[in-house]
Amino acid sequence: MGSNEFLFLLTGLKWTVLLSIVGFIGGGVFGLAIALARTCGHALLERITAGYIALFQGTPLLMQLFVVYYGLALVGLKLDAWVAVAIGFTLHASAYLGEIWRGSIEAVPKGQTEAAKALSLHYVWRMKDVILPQAIRISLPATIGFLVQLIKGTSLAAIVGFTELTRAGNIVSNQIFQPLLVFGIVGALYFLLCWPLSLYGSHLERRLAIAAR
Amino acid sequence: MNYTLDFTPVIEGMPALLMACLGTFGLALGGMALAIVIGVGGVVLRDSKVAPVRWLVKAFVEVIRNTPFLVQIFFIYFALPLAGVRLDPTPTAIIALGINGGAYAIEIIRGGVQSIGKGQIEAGLALGLHKAQVFRLIVLKPALRAIFPSLTSQFVLLTLTTSVASAISAYELTSVAQRIESDSFRSFEVYGTITLFYLVISWVMMRFFAAISTRYFSYPVK
Repeated sequence: MGSNEFLFLLTGLKWTVLLSIVGFIGGGVFGLAIALARTCGHALLERITAGYIALFQGTPLLMQLFVVYYGLALVGLKLDAWVAVAIGFTLHASAYLGEIWRGSIEAVPKGQTEAAKALSLHYVWRMKDVILPQAIRISLPATIGFLVQLIKGTSLAAIVGFTELTRAGNIVSNQIFQPLLVFGIVGALYFLLCWPLSLYGSHLERRLAIAAR
Repeated sequence: MNYTLDFTPVIEGMPALLMACLGTFGLALGGMALAIVIGVGGVVLRDSKVAPVRWLVKAFVEVIRNTPFLVQIFFIYFALPLAGVRLDPTPTAIIALGINGGAYAIEIIRGGVQSIGKGQIEAGLALGLHKAQVFRLIVLKPALRAIFPSLTSQFVLLTLTTSVASAISAYELTSVAQRIESDSFRSFEVYGTITLFYLVISWVMMRFFAAISTRYFSYPVK
C-alpha cells in the first residue's frame, strides 16, 4: 500500500469522525428533548417517546439508514448522501441517548425534585439547575459508551454508499488486492478512535461506583 | 411529491422474505451459541495462570469491542480462505457474529461470576451442602440471574446485527430484501416492510427471554 492509498483512508477517517460528531451533537439535542418528554409526566407525550425509542432500539441501524435514505428521496427531498446519512444517525442517536438520559434523570433521588418544588422552582430551573447537572454525572459512562457504539455504527454508512473509513477501505482493497492489510489498518484506525474513549468511560464508571458507595 | 407507494414487489416476494426470516434466526442462533462458548471459555482463560493467555483474552475483548462489526466480518471473510478454510458466506457470518458476541459475553459473564462472593460458597459448604449443590444453587443460578438481562439484550442486539451480514451476502432477511429491491427499485417499500419484520423479531425475542426470566429466575415468593 502506497502513501496515496493511506491518505485516501485518512480522508475516509475524516468523514467517519465528522459523521460521528454530527450524529452525536444532533442526537444529543433531540435526545435531550426526548428524555425530557419521556419524564415530563404527560401520559401521551411519554407514550409517544417510549414508542419512538422502542422503534429505534428494536430495528437494525442498517434498516434505519436505508429507510431514512430512501424515505427522504421519496418525499421529494433531493439530498446529498452525506446529509441523508447524517439525518439517519441523528435520529438513531436521539433514541438511544434519550433512553440513557431518561434513566439518569430518573436515577436522581426523588427528594431533589421535591426539594426544588418546595422552593417553588419553576420546571425550567428545576431541570437546568438541580436535576440535569446530577443526571449528566450519572449518565456520562453510558453516554461515552454509546458514542463508541455510534462511531462503530457509522461504518454502516458504507453500505448505503457514503465514502467514510470502511468504504474507503473497500475501495482501496479492490484496487490493491490486499484485503487483510487494508481492513487490518482500517480496524486499527477505528480502534485508535474508540479505545481511548472506552478507557475513559470505564474510568468514569469506576469513579462513579466509588462515589456511590 | 407525486410518488405512489407500490407494495406489489413486496407482496410477490413475501414467501422469499418469510423464508429469509428463518435464515436470520439461523444466523442469530448460531451466533449466540458460539458467543456463549467463547464467553464461557474466555472467562475461564481470563483467570489462567499463564499471563500471556490472560493478556490475549483481554486484548481480544478490547479489539472486538472497539472496532465495527462490518470491518470484522470483512476481515474474517478474507482471512479464512488465506488460513485454508473455505466456507460459504453464511457460516462465515455465523463465525463473525459469534466472535463479536463472544467478546461482549466474556465481559458480561465475568461480571456475573464476580458477583458471587467467596463467603457465599463458604456459607453453603458450612451448611453441609454438597459441592455440586453449592455450584448449582449458590454459584450457577444467582450468577445466571445476575447476567440474564444484559446477556439477553446483547443477544437481541446480535440478532439485529445479522442484517450487516448482508454485506458478504450471507443468506438472511436483508440480503433477500436487497435482491428484491434491486429487481423492483421499490426501495422504501421493501426496506420499510422488513424493518417491521425486524421489530417483530426483536419483540418476540424480548418477550421470550422475559418469560424465561420470570419462569426460572424470579425469586421464590413465600
